Amino acid sequence: MIKSKIIRLFSLVLLSFLPVKSLYSAEMIDPIKVDWSFKGLTGTFDRASLQRGFQVYKEVCSSCHSMQYLSYRNLGEPGGPEFSKEEVKAIASSFEIQDGPDDQGEMFTRPGKPSDKFKNPYPNVQAATAANGGAYPPDMSVLVKARKGGANYIYSVLVGYEDPPAGVTLDEGVYYNKYMIGNKIKMPNNLIDGLVEYSDGTESTVNQMAKDVTTFLAWAAEPELETRHKTGIKVMIYLILLTILVYLSMKKIWSRIDPKI
Amino acid sequence: MSDHEYTPKSKAGKWFNDRLPLLTLGAHLTDYPTPKNLNYWWTFGGILTFCLMTQIVTGIILAMHYVAHADLAFASIEHIMRDVNYGWLIRYIHSNGASMFFLAVYIHIFRSLFYGSYKSPREVIWIIGLLIYLLMMAAAFMGYVLPWGQMSFWGATVITNLFSAIPLVGDSITTWLWGAYSVDNPTLNRFFSLHYLIPFLILGLVVLHIWALHVPGNNNPVGIDIKKPSKDTVPFHPYITIKDAFALLMFMIIFAGFVFFVPNVLGHSDNYIPANPMVTPAHIVPEWYLLPFYAILRSVPDKLGGVILMFSAIFILFVLPWLDTSKVRSAVFRPLYRQFFWILVIDVLMLGYVGAMPAEGIYLVLARVGTVYYFLHFIVVMPVVGYLEKTDPVPMSISEPVLSGGVKPSLARKINDKV
Repeated sequence: MIKSKIIRLFSLVLLSFLPVKSLYSAEMIDPIKVDWSFKGLTGTFDRASLQRGFQVYKEVCSSCHSMQYLSYRNLGEPGGPEFSKEEVKAIASSFEIQDGPDDQGEMFTRPGKPSDKFKNPYPNVQAATAANGGAYPPDMSVLVKARKGGANYIYSVLVGYEDPPAGVTLDEGVYYNKYMIGNKIKMPNNLIDGLVEYSDGTESTVNQMAKDVTTFLAWAAEPELETRHKTGIKVMIYLILLTILVYLSMKKIWSRIDPKI
Repeated sequence: MSDHEYTPKSKAGKWFNDRLPLLTLGAHLTDYPTPKNLNYWWTFGGILTFCLMTQIVTGIILAMHYVAHADLAFASIEHIMRDVNYGWLIRYIHSNGASMFFLAVYIHIFRSLFYGSYKSPREVIWIIGLLIYLLMMAAAFMGYVLPWGQMSFWGATVITNLFSAIPLVGDSITTWLWGAYSVDNPTLNRFFSLHYLIPFLILGLVVLHIWALHVPGNNNPVGIDIKKPSKDTVPFHPYITIKDAFALLMFMIIFAGFVFFVPNVLGHSDNYIPANPMVTPAHIVPEWYLLPFYAILRSVPDKLGGVILMFSAIFILFVLPWLDTSKVRSAVFRPLYRQFFWILVIDVLMLGYVGAMPAEGIYLVLARVGTVYYFLHFIVVMPVVGYLEKTDPVPMSISEPVLSGGVKPSLARKINDKV
C-alpha cells in the first residue's frame, strides 16, 4: 500500500512537468505520427530501411548537408545499417578525402578509409551558407535530437511541401512547407517519386524515401539506441528482482520491531 | 549522538582507534538511534547521497573525455556519445542524474516543510541544506552550459546578464564573470572549472549536514521529541539501511527508465544545436528544476526588481525557522497549516509551469499571482497560522499512543497510520 502510494506520488511529480514540453510552441501543427520500428522500449532499427536511407542521404542530402560526427566505419557497426566490411570499405573509398600535410608540407587527397569521418560537402559553414541562398543546411548528425518532434518532425517536413495558400507570397528561393516552423523553408523539395533506384527493389516513392532517410537520421543521432534498449531491459529486470529481494529482507528485519511496516 | 562507549575487540583495532577514532565513528553510524516511525519521505536523504556520488563518479569520467573549449566542446560531447565505450550511458546518467537529484531534493525539502524538520533544534541542519541546494543550482546551471549547445549558450547569457542589473557596477561585474565582453570561451572554461569544484563543496556540506543531524537526531512524522535510545528508536543499521536501500532501488528504477528509454525527454532539443551567438532561440528556458524561480524573475517588469525577488525567494527560506511561530512541528497535527502547505506545493508547481511558457498574457498573470502567494505564504501565513491555529492533540511518544486531550488510543493509532 505504501509502495503504491509512493509510486503514485512519484508519477504525480513527474507528470506535473511533462505537459510543459508539449505546449512550448503552439504555433506549429503537430507532425505526422509514424509508427517507427525504433519506437518503444524494445524498438530496433529496420536494417533494410537504414541501408536504403543511407542511399537517399548519399545521393540526395549529402550534396548540401554534412554529417561530420559520423565515420564510415559506423555504417558497419552493430545496431546500424550493418553494411558488410567490404561494403563499408567500398563506400569509404568512393570519397576523395583531403589528408596531409605530407613530408613536403603539401595537402593531398586519397580515397577514404572506414576510419574517416563523413566527408563535408563544403569546406566551411560560410561556404555552405553562401552556396544555399544564405541558409546554412544544418549538420545532420544529431538533427533528429535537435528538433522538437524528432523523427516525426523530420519526416513531416520532408513530405510537407505544398503550394502556398492564397495570400502567402514567398521570396525567391523560399518554399512553403506545412510542418516547418513558420511554414517557410529554404530547402527546396528534393524528393520526387522514383528519384533513387533501390537495389532491393523497393519502390522509391516520396513517402518511402522520406521514411528511409528519417530512419537513417534517427540512427545517426542515436547510434546507441538498440544497445540502450537491450541494456535497459536487462537493467530493469535486475533492479526489479533486487527490489523484491530487498523488500522481503526489509519485511523480515522489521518484523522484529513492527510487523506492520 | 549516541552516548555509548565503543571499544574495538581486536588489539590492532584498539591501537588504531585510540589514535584516530574512526571505528567509534563507524559504531556510532551503525547504532545511531533513529525514530522507528520514519516513513518513506525520510528515505530521500540516502537517495540524495546516492545522487551526489553518482554525479561525482560519472562526472569525473566525463571530464576525462570532455574538452572545455568553445570550438571543441560540442564535438567532444558527440565523441563521448559515439566513440567512448559506454560514453552514452555515462553521459545520460549524468544529465538525467541532475534532474533526479533535483527531484529528490525537492521532495526532501517539502518533506521538511510538512513535518517541521527545520524547526528548533534543527535550524542549522536546515540552513546547511539550503546552502547545499544553492550550490546544486549553481553546479547544475554551469553543467548545462558545458555541452555548448544553443540552450547552454543562451541560458548562460540570460543568467549571467542578471548581474548587470546591479546598479553602477553591474556591467563591470558581468564582464568580469564572463572573462570577455560576452559569453565566450573564457566563460566556458571557468564554468567547467567551477562545475568540477562545486560537487566537492557540496560533499563537504553534506558531511556537516549529517553531523548536524546526528546531534539532535532525526525528526519524525509525529514531530515530537523522543528519548534516544528507547523503544521509540531503532538502530540505524540494519533497520534504516535496509529501508533506505529499498526506497533507493525504487528510485533507481525510475532513474533507469529515464536513462535507457527517454534520455532526452527532460532536456531541450535546442541543446543539440551547436551554440551560435548570432541566432537567438525562440524561447530561452532553463532546465525544469529552475523554472519556478525563472517565473518569479520574469513576473517583475523591472530587471533589478526581478533579480532581487528571485534571490529573495530562496533567501527567505533561510529565516523560515524564525518565521514559523507554531509550537507543533508536524503538519499532521496542524489542520490549518496542512492546507496552506498543499497550496504552496500547487503554487510552486504552477510557477514551474508558467516558467516554461512565454511571459505574456495569462501566463504572466499566473506568474504574478503565484509569486505574490509564494511570499505571502512565508511572510504572512506561516507566522499568523502559528498563532491562530488550534492544533490537534499530539501524542506523548511514538509507541505509547497518547495524550493530553482525552482522545482515545484508537485515534492515536489512526494518526500513526496517517503519517
